[in-house]
Amino acid sequence: MDSIDQILEQALADIGGCDDLRALDELRVRYLGKKGEVTALLKSLGGMAPEERKTFGQAVNRAKGGIADAVNARRESLEKAALDEKLAAERVDVTLPGRGQARGGLHPVTLAMQRIIDLFGGLGFSVATGPEVEDDEHNFEKLNFPPHHPARAMHDTFYFADGRLLRTHTSPVQVRAMLDQGAPIRVIAPGRVYRSDYDQTHSPMFHQVEGLLVGETVTMADLKGVLQTFVNAFFETEMGTRFRPSYFPFTEPSAEMDVAWDKGDGSVPGWLEILGCGMVHPNVLTACDIDPERYVGYAFGMGVERLAMLRYGVTDLRLFFENDLRFLRQFH
Amino acid sequence: MKFSVNWLKQWVALDIDANTLADELTAAGLEVDAVEPVAAPFSGVVVGQIIACEPHPDADKLQVCTVDDGGDDHHQVVCGAPNAAPGLKMPFAQVGAKIGPDFKIRKAKLRGVESFGMCCSARELGLSEDHAGLMALPEDAPVGKDFRDYLGLDDASIDVDLTPNRADCLGIKGLARDVAAIRGAEYTPIAIEPVSASIAGDLNITLDAAEDCPRYVGRVIRGIDPTVATPTWMVEALRRSGIRSIGAVVDATNYVLMELGQPMHAFDLAKLDGGITVRRGRKGEKLTLLDEKVVELNDELLAICDDSGPVALAGIMGGLDSGVTDATTDILLESAWFKPSTIMGKARDLGLHTDASHRFERGVDPAGQRDAIERITALLLDIVGGEAGPVLEAVAEEHLPQPQPVRLRLARLNRVLGSDLEAAGVERILVSLGMAVTAIEGGWEAVPPTARFDIAIEEDLIEEVARVHGYDQLPAARPSGELQAPDVSEHRVAVTKIRDALCAAGYQEAITYAFVDNKLLETVGMAENVLPLANPISSDMDVMRTGLLPGLLTALGRNQRRQQGRVRLFETGKVFHQRESLDEIERIAAVANGDAWPEQWTGKGRRVDFFDIKGDLENLLALRGATGEVAIEPASFEWLHPGQSAAVSIDGKAVGWVGAVHPSVLGALEIKGAVYAFEIDLLSLQKREVVNAKEISPYPSVRRDLAFLVPEQVNYSEIRSLAEELAGDQLAEFTLFDQFSGQSVEKGYKSLAIGLILQDVSCTLTDEVVDGVIDRLVKGFATRLDAQLRG
Repeated sequence: MDSIDQILEQALADIGGCDDLRALDELRVRYLGKKGEVTALLKSLGGMAPEERKTFGQAVNRAKGGIADAVNARRESLEKAALDEKLAAERVDVTLPGRGQARGGLHPVTLAMQRIIDLFGGLGFSVATGPEVEDDEHNFEKLNFPPHHPARAMHDTFYFADGRLLRTHTSPVQVRAMLDQGAPIRVIAPGRVYRSDYDQTHSPMFHQVEGLLVGETVTMADLKGVLQTFVNAFFETEMGTRFRPSYFPFTEPSAEMDVAWDKGDGSVPGWLEILGCGMVHPNVLTACDIDPERYVGYAFGMGVERLAMLRYGVTDLRLFFENDLRFLRQFH
Repeated sequence: MKFSVNWLKQWVALDIDANTLADELTAAGLEVDAVEPVAAPFSGVVVGQIIACEPHPDADKLQVCTVDDGGDDHHQVVCGAPNAAPGLKMPFAQVGAKIGPDFKIRKAKLRGVESFGMCCSARELGLSEDHAGLMALPEDAPVGKDFRDYLGLDDASIDVDLTPNRADCLGIKGLARDVAAIRGAEYTPIAIEPVSASIAGDLNITLDAAEDCPRYVGRVIRGIDPTVATPTWMVEALRRSGIRSIGAVVDATNYVLMELGQPMHAFDLAKLDGGITVRRGRKGEKLTLLDEKVVELNDELLAICDDSGPVALAGIMGGLDSGVTDATTDILLESAWFKPSTIMGKARDLGLHTDASHRFERGVDPAGQRDAIERITALLLDIVGGEAGPVLEAVAEEHLPQPQPVRLRLARLNRVLGSDLEAAGVERILVSLGMAVTAIEGGWEAVPPTARFDIAIEEDLIEEVARVHGYDQLPAARPSGELQAPDVSEHRVAVTKIRDALCAAGYQEAITYAFVDNKLLETVGMAENVLPLANPISSDMDVMRTGLLPGLLTALGRNQRRQQGRVRLFETGKVFHQRESLDEIERIAAVANGDAWPEQWTGKGRRVDFFDIKGDLENLLALRGATGEVAIEPASFEWLHPGQSAAVSIDGKAVGWVGAVHPSVLGALEIKGAVYAFEIDLLSLQKREVVNAKEISPYPSVRRDLAFLVPEQVNYSEIRSLAEELAGDQLAEFTLFDQFSGQSVEKGYKSLAIGLILQDVSCTLTDEVVDGVIDRLVKGFATRLDAQLRG
């Protein structure tokens, strides 16, 4: 019996002092393997009296269990230590920058434009387009601008040698859409427009979004409502607005909408004009083969750069067309 | 249209301040640009008179004046103005007066002489820029009177930016009418009494172009003194309207113009030869205008002529030779009506813009000529004296616009406005605007005042009612309408998705002008089929772009010069090709320059190359799914590097190009480093078919890797398409995983390592089948491409 205790004692000491998984396995073999010391003890059972064999056998099995448990415990602990060490070695500086391409971004005018399209899209307006090189008929005449009318002087027009012109507004798309689709109709027309004017607040090319809704029950109240809804959604806040009578040859009554704009510098909010609108002029409906007695329509047009400047705090229009990366990158 | 509130008050009862009035005007569609005080906010200034002047004992340029300010005592005042002289009346700032916010007049010593007050120039009081001397006041100016009261300086100028339809408000009279309607105030027009003739003063007036000029009213005044000073009240009224005083006769014509909106002209009668004829100009006729510009006439231009020829350009400007001068004694006054369409655009064509042309092309009241001539006659007789002849009027009634009744239905009005206005209120508004209103079934017939050219149809009346009622008082309705399915087609790749893909690949969106410098197009090699502008804003924006590349290269160069080492830009927009007809094509283009990746700590960086931009393009093309056969094949483009240049086609149709920009183009644009670019028709990128899912094979695939020695000039695309042809349906994937040439490879050849993944949808491939495929490939490559399997 003493030998059992001795072996167990020695085995536990060996296992406790073992620092490496291979040596631990060797210990397991030395004690518990086919030729191991404990196995040898079991083999010696055969020559014992039954009484002694029982007692001795139980003691050997206890020792065997004790050694096996010790080996397993030691293995787990060694494995954990090894893993801990490996993980520690694999530490990276997670504050280092990630790898890859630096994302680009959209132009702020596109951002504002897309926002307008999305907002009106949600209100059921589909997108209509038209050519940028237009003719007098669609850009002016069908929109109720008589030849030489002073209202044309408000549009500094770029012409081509044969009399064609660069559209001065997106309103000709109204005309084309009505001629194509007839009434009722609910469209917006985003696009580039051109006027021969170049200074701090004017660019010879800029962007507009035109809206047109013609139906049998359309009223100016609908126009006011839809535009109020739009500006609230665009600026994501309840905006103060006012509608002022104005003049566009293609709408009657005509209006301009101002928003109360808080510059955020403590000064009293002032009125800023953001769009022109009105009820489609009967002459325009007639020119587009729509019966103005049966149908009433509204139309509106807004400058996208203006809205983008207000929305994103851009103070100089010219920045939009310089395409300086340091400016553009802010809109990522 | 700039006017003073005090002037307006002569025509309408007003009891509000200028800012409130301005707000109300704006709200009624007469948009106010500016409200300005007519003088600085000074106080303690009275009308003073210099009684005596003595030289300053210690200063050459100063005088010691004795000033009477109406008080018991006279004041000793030191003054440096050159025109200070005994008898002069001028504004006098008493001790205690405030001239500016921080400038209070105190008793002072100037070079040792005490001074009690200050004699003022016009500039010191904010009345004009004139600082040449003291502001001389008329002899009848009452000494001691508060100067603000004397000139009525507690007044403001309002500048209204009128829309072209509101010509009726280009005069105080019309403005007053509108203000009366807006405010519900009393309209108090000044009475214009006929001035009876005291001399004969006959003159023939012939209307040879009666349609263009159906009314011409003239009047002769003889014996005037045009050198008389214009009265202060008139100078002040004009000043507050932004008009400089020039001379009594011209000032009076300007005064009537501003008051009644009727342009007036005065001829020097002595310079006229016989009577007046209004007719179209004739080719060859020339006229020197008042501004000394010489105009060649033609039959588009309407001229006022005497018996020898043109003396004025009708409705635009008078002639120099017949103008009033200081030597003039007899004048012919003109008060005419010209048809707007006759005058429209004419001044602009001549590079002119006058108060007269501005009004006539928008429409002057066709009934106002007689009143205007009576008004100016009375003014002139008062100011410059003389004797007036009878009013001479030539008229062709049939060509004058006749006010037509316009129908307004109450129901229609409320239907258009979405309002619930009542009949009484609507009628009150119409009447307040000066309309002759007759009730009819369901509404009214309204005859607008003759000055209201903008009222011709029912909608015009609806606008008038809405305007006076107040747009902000009209209801607003929440958006409503029939629901419709949103437009979310799967047959089209949204532009937003394409843009986002490029953003993810590191490109920044740019927006460049659609007109570019033709020289730039020539430099790039894109000047074919170009569409030039007839009136470009500048020579560097003189043609429409034929491609997006030139604008992007310009933007890239600009960024490079602003120290941006790595530039990736893209743009979507139209390009314009003028062939037999014009093609407006929506394109998308991108340019990349500098490092392939932003500089980073991981891995060694490298410059962007052809395959980077091609990869980016392929990712865009991939958005189309499996739609159509895309080919990117060698092709030459003038603006691309000949060895790195490819045409992009879909189903055999050319849709764009990709490549390295030609070094000589970059050199000309002073761009450093290589630039890679592509430009593709946007529509072709957007077309896509809805996916029709195919069965996937449940059987295992087999991969075989092969290395071939391929002649240098054989392109990858040939190898791939041959492999596809030879392997047939069982080729599930074809990968090129290595390509090299050089030392270990025979000259004229390259080594390609190809991975072939074979699979069948109906069975597991046996070794025999796979070997058979490989064998076919190896033999085919050898015979058709001269490509040998490497050992």
